[in-house]
Amino acid sequence: MEVELRIRRYNPEIDEKAHYESYSVEAEPNDQVLDLLNQVKWYQDGSLAYRRSCAHGVCGSDAVRINGVNRLACKVLVRDVGRKITIEPILGLPVEKDLVVDMEPFWEHYRSVMPYFVSEEQEPEGERLQSAEQRQRFDDTTKCILCAACTTSCPSFWADDEYVGPAAIVQAHRFIFDSRDTAADERLKILAEKDGVWRCRTIFNCTIACPREIKVTQAIGEVKTAIATGDNK
Amino acid sequence: MATEHQHEVLIVGGGGAGLMAALYASKGADTAVLTKLHPVRSHTGAAQGGVGAALGSEEQDRPEWHTYDTIKGSDFLGDQDAIQFMCEEAVATVFELEHMGLPFSRTPEGKIAQRYFGGHTNNDSGKPVRRAAYAADRTGHMILQTLYQQCVKHDVVFMDEFQVMDVLVGDEGVAGVVAVELATGELHVFHSKAVIFTTGGWGRVWEITSNAHSYTGDGVAMTLRRGLPAEDMEFFQFHPTGIYRMGILITEGVRGEGGVLLNNDGERFMERYAPTIKDLASRDVVSRAMYLEMRDGRGINGGRYLYLDVRPDTVNKYAEIDGRTRPDGSPYIVTGEEILAKLPDIIDFARTYMAVDPIIEPMPVQPTAHYAMGGIPTTLRGEVIRDEQNTIIPGFYAAGEVACVSVHGANRLGTNSLLDIIVFGRECGTRAAEYTKGADFLPLPSDAEAMVRKQLEDLRGGEGSEKAATLRKEMQEVMFDHVSVFRTKEGMSQSVEKIQELKERYLKIRVDDPGNVFNTDQLEAWELGCLLDVAEVTAVSALQRTESRGAHAREDYPKRDDQNWLKHTMAYQDESGVTLRYKPATITKWKPIERVY
Repeated sequence: MEVELRIRRYNPEIDEKAHYESYSVEAEPNDQVLDLLNQVKWYQDGSLAYRRSCAHGVCGSDAVRINGVNRLACKVLVRDVGRKITIEPILGLPVEKDLVVDMEPFWEHYRSVMPYFVSEEQEPEGERLQSAEQRQRFDDTTKCILCAACTTSCPSFWADDEYVGPAAIVQAHRFIFDSRDTAADERLKILAEKDGVWRCRTIFNCTIACPREIKVTQAIGEVKTAIATGDNK
Repeated sequence: MATEHQHEVLIVGGGGAGLMAALYASKGADTAVLTKLHPVRSHTGAAQGGVGAALGSEEQDRPEWHTYDTIKGSDFLGDQDAIQFMCEEAVATVFELEHMGLPFSRTPEGKIAQRYFGGHTNNDSGKPVRRAAYAADRTGHMILQTLYQQCVKHDVVFMDEFQVMDVLVGDEGVAGVVAVELATGELHVFHSKAVIFTTGGWGRVWEITSNAHSYTGDGVAMTLRRGLPAEDMEFFQFHPTGIYRMGILITEGVRGEGGVLLNNDGERFMERYAPTIKDLASRDVVSRAMYLEMRDGRGINGGRYLYLDVRPDTVNKYAEIDGRTRPDGSPYIVTGEEILAKLPDIIDFARTYMAVDPIIEPMPVQPTAHYAMGGIPTTLRGEVIRDEQNTIIPGFYAAGEVACVSVHGANRLGTNSLLDIIVFGRECGTRAAEYTKGADFLPLPSDAEAMVRKQLEDLRGGEGSEKAATLRKEMQEVMFDHVSVFRTKEGMSQSVEKIQELKERYLKIRVDDPGNVFNTDQLEAWELGCLLDVAEVTAVSALQRTESRGAHAREDYPKRDDQNWLKHTMAYQDESGVTLRYKPATITKWKPIERVY
């Protein structure tokens, strides 16, 4: 079937400002939206720029706005979105070219929450023991692929890009609730500051946007509770 | 003029091998990582089922068994000293990942959980052994995330989205690399004492593949262009269970958890091909069995696919037949919830891409191009070698899928790729840092970026009568038809001719995008040049090897021939074509025997 793609284009070397271009491509209902972008790039206009790699929803390269909703282009099929598809870059980060945004502000927030394992305890010869229940406590937030779909769907982030954003909080959550980690207090202190979790207004856009189906709003809520109660069990 | 930088160690590629190398190299030397993708986008993150190590969490296991299983899996082509080294290092290395915070799944006692995987056995009983340490079905994702997190913690220097296009290497050593900064199109020359290549594989040579779009063989193509050999390129693994038509990987862990392959008669056909371990035979064995079933009309509805069935009723039926038990001795009986908990991503892929719910329906699967056993030849210390005498190039290292140590020989066992990247990534990082202590910077050649500039000018200045996408598609089709699971002289000869024709036509490409900012049009065209070089070497190496071994199965030479072919191919490429030489496989104490499962 024929599908009409409307793509927001911007080339800083040519364009004063962004504009939309339309392309018609042949597609099957099972094609990914990424396949359609590839059809345009490979056979109609090679200058179209976007990021992609794994093409099955695990590398996190291709978060874009599809018909107004943040999605991974490789995880949305034509049958899910129909014959008229508008594709735009994710919001709240500077556009570098077409669908490619400058991710550095996102990574800066990521790095600010100590997104790495810390343990003051002596390493055993074998593994540290952890019960299946303790492991399950933070399972959901280990799924994050850092695609930025959540953070760039968040109105609080759009309003103030100093807000650390949902993805960084998800990363912090993954360590705060890991029974082996000993730096929860430091992370909770960082997230209790003015650009931390209290900027979240529980709008739930992040949860809807997450291609990994992480319960992002719930994770943020758990971090808020941990700050309020001092309990990260 | 290119911008110049200087570091003692440069690592090219930010996947698992590159990050492990970076953690170790940066302890002892000024190190930078150059990556075409942001590191967390790397293809390591797509690995699912587990990392192999004889931890013995769930049952008795020994590194010697892991070693022998790997040698047998390699169809006796793997170098036994290197395999033994890797399997002995495995246990401590997996614990090291745990110490870095990797969230492994856990046993009831709180130890690292392990599952069955193809070809991993108890050498006394011949039965499968639980050796794959896993984190649900996203083990690669967790390795990549954990290593990147540690790099952030230790302030490793990254140059993200820098596409390396040339390595400045000669017999006397390396002087650095040349890269294009994707955001600006600017050329950069990086001067260094040591270079580590961890650039990954090249599944995009084939039409149906589990591999990322970025998996285009850049590392091997670059070294071939500098006159270095590529080892054992004819051995490319086809994973038995890719999603039909899309090639997306469905982990072998599905079979590890009790799933089975069924043909159109509803028969568990692997019983006929591998009576002892059945669906958990090596990947080459299973992929061949699938092709034979489909050839004989037992594909589903006569088509080019089979069913992978992990419905609880099916799993429980065959578990009972096999007498399978839990580690505590109780019968193995699963529920839909348990399958969902152990394989959440697989269930999600099936629902998203096939509209199939694996808890209630079987999944349509076909073999998919998956993993390069061959690559840049190295010693077991990760040092790149330049000839059949194992002559080392000072300061040049390679690890992970791009390298051929060789620990995988003619066929890799599942879980050994994640093991390979962490063991040899660390080895390269450590060795490179040591090397820099006693070494000086070699002088950069004048006009160091000349070769890259010429390549890019050609892509922008071609006559424009050919399109990269068209050529890529033709290459992928011919390679999938003729240089895949089963091969013949006619098919491979046809492929060699076709690839040579495509290389001629490649000269007529002109990229659409004349710009500098994120010119991914130019990048994709350049990557196609790499794919074509790699495809040619693969097809020529395969054509020459007149035997069947591991992943290289010939209809016209169906037997393994140790008399003539227990040796590694070393392929050299120049404008006139490919030249093949050979070097012996390293046999320490395990004599080659017939391989049955």
